[in-house]
Amino acid sequence: MQNAAMNIEDKGGDQLVLHVGPQHPGSGHFRILVTVDGDYIVGAKPDPGYVHRGAEKMAEYRDYIQNIPHLERPVIIDATGVTLPYVLAAEKIIDVEAPDRAKYIRMIMAELNRIISHLYWLGIYGIFLGHSTMFMWPMGDRELFIDLAESIGGTRVTFSYVVPGGVRNDMPTNFTERALKTFDYFEKRIEEYKKIFFNNPLMTARTEGIGIMTKKDAIGLGITGSNLRACGIDSDTRKDEPYCLYDNVDFEIPTRKEGDSYARCIVRLEEMQQSMNIMKQVLDLMEPGPIKQVIGGVMRGEPGEAFVRTEAARGTMFYHIVSDGEKNPYRVKISVPSFRNIIGMTHLLVGSRLADMPAIYWSLDYWPVEADR
Amino acid sequence: MPSNLDTENQLVKSLTDKFKTKIKTEYVKHNRIKISTSQDNLKSLASSVKELGFEQVISQGGTDYPDNNVFRIEYHIICVSKKKLRSIMFSIMTEISKDNPEIETLIDIFPSAEFHEQETYENFGITFIGHPRMERLLLPEDWDDIPPLRKDYVLPGRG
Repeated sequence: MQNAAMNIEDKGGDQLVLHVGPQHPGSGHFRILVTVDGDYIVGAKPDPGYVHRGAEKMAEYRDYIQNIPHLERPVIIDATGVTLPYVLAAEKIIDVEAPDRAKYIRMIMAELNRIISHLYWLGIYGIFLGHSTMFMWPMGDRELFIDLAESIGGTRVTFSYVVPGGVRNDMPTNFTERALKTFDYFEKRIEEYKKIFFNNPLMTARTEGIGIMTKKDAIGLGITGSNLRACGIDSDTRKDEPYCLYDNVDFEIPTRKEGDSYARCIVRLEEMQQSMNIMKQVLDLMEPGPIKQVIGGVMRGEPGEAFVRTEAARGTMFYHIVSDGEKNPYRVKISVPSFRNIIGMTHLLVGSRLADMPAIYWSLDYWPVEADR
Repeated sequence: MPSNLDTENQLVKSLTDKFKTKIKTEYVKHNRIKISTSQDNLKSLASSVKELGFEQVISQGGTDYPDNNVFRIEYHIICVSKKKLRSIMFSIMTEISKDNPEIETLIDIFPSAEFHEQETYENFGITFIGHPRMERLLLPEDWDDIPPLRKDYVLPGRG
């Protein structure tokens, strides 16, 4: 028996199949078929692909520069996070290296984007736990970081700012002053976030002990980024295999042992503080100098390949680019953290209660557009 | 960047001692190791890489080489738990004929490869034998053309 209007399928006995998404406000452009027995989820089948655009195929028809705005589209809220590894891989193929100042500016943009992305997630997480204030505060504060990024990149979210050889333009002279002012403000706000949300029984009751991922499962299922660090593994590509000039700055990797939804949230909150610490050091370390190595003519590399991974806001972003010496890449493989998190999500949902689904789903910071590419 | 390839060389040596001529070391660079093997030996090579401590498939993909009539299949494997190995990425690859695009799945060794293999299946038409869900994942339900990442599929209007 099937009730088409409500997308509910009676499996006989006490079990029902429930379609969550793709128009559900809590799922994004993503559907998951959950089988429920009473209030408990006994099966979960993810169905991604509603926003699949074939970014990898389209990248074969664009040259190395045209691919920057193109490959930015899947993750516009973490635009630098998705384009930086692409550019690093393209640089290996074209055989250029960015000057030091450009590397530092890239780090600033990457960290600003991490905060922008985390704040967006926090707003969404707040509203899905029924806490409207936690939607409005992060969305409001996010604008301050968007303003900072805009003053460097020129647009609010999709900057296409990192290019092979360096960055497009230098940052404004008053940036340091503006940035430090914003950091000062936001550091105080983090404490207020903790008071109103993270230490609020409304939040802790719905997240503590909910959706527990063990260390072993997280490793086996291919979880990276904040979700992995919430299970007690201090793995972070910025430390494991430093790119840009991350080895020149000193920062901590926030971790938690619990592996539950709360741990994943608090890890992200602490990461924002670390991002600001990184940017403060970078602003100190930076020296005037060139910001771009000019490449004449059309960029093309020697036949070969490059593998690059970086730490984006949601976890490890990986690019594999194959070049045959032409101006367009022969093959671009993007492995995004959200896609790898689908398997972990299925694992966490089975056995939990239907009412905990939003708390688990959003604690993974799953971004359907990124997963589908 | 000055680099010391001791760890990388040691890892490769332990594999070449075991597999001898069955595997070919494509290159050993700073933090990157690439090894190719035949289709039959891929699974035992993958188990040995896992025994060395590399536990997560970070990416799995294919590339179409119509001139040689082969698909190249690659698994990129990393380690997240052991500090010493974290910087290194292992790539193991094999080539399979386009006439019979079938290969054994590696998800019993690396569960993290599950969705990657499913994506490769629909994008290249490569069947992973033993995979529980060899079905469409990202492509639209009404897609009735050849697998899109094959080189003979041309984007509409771009041919």
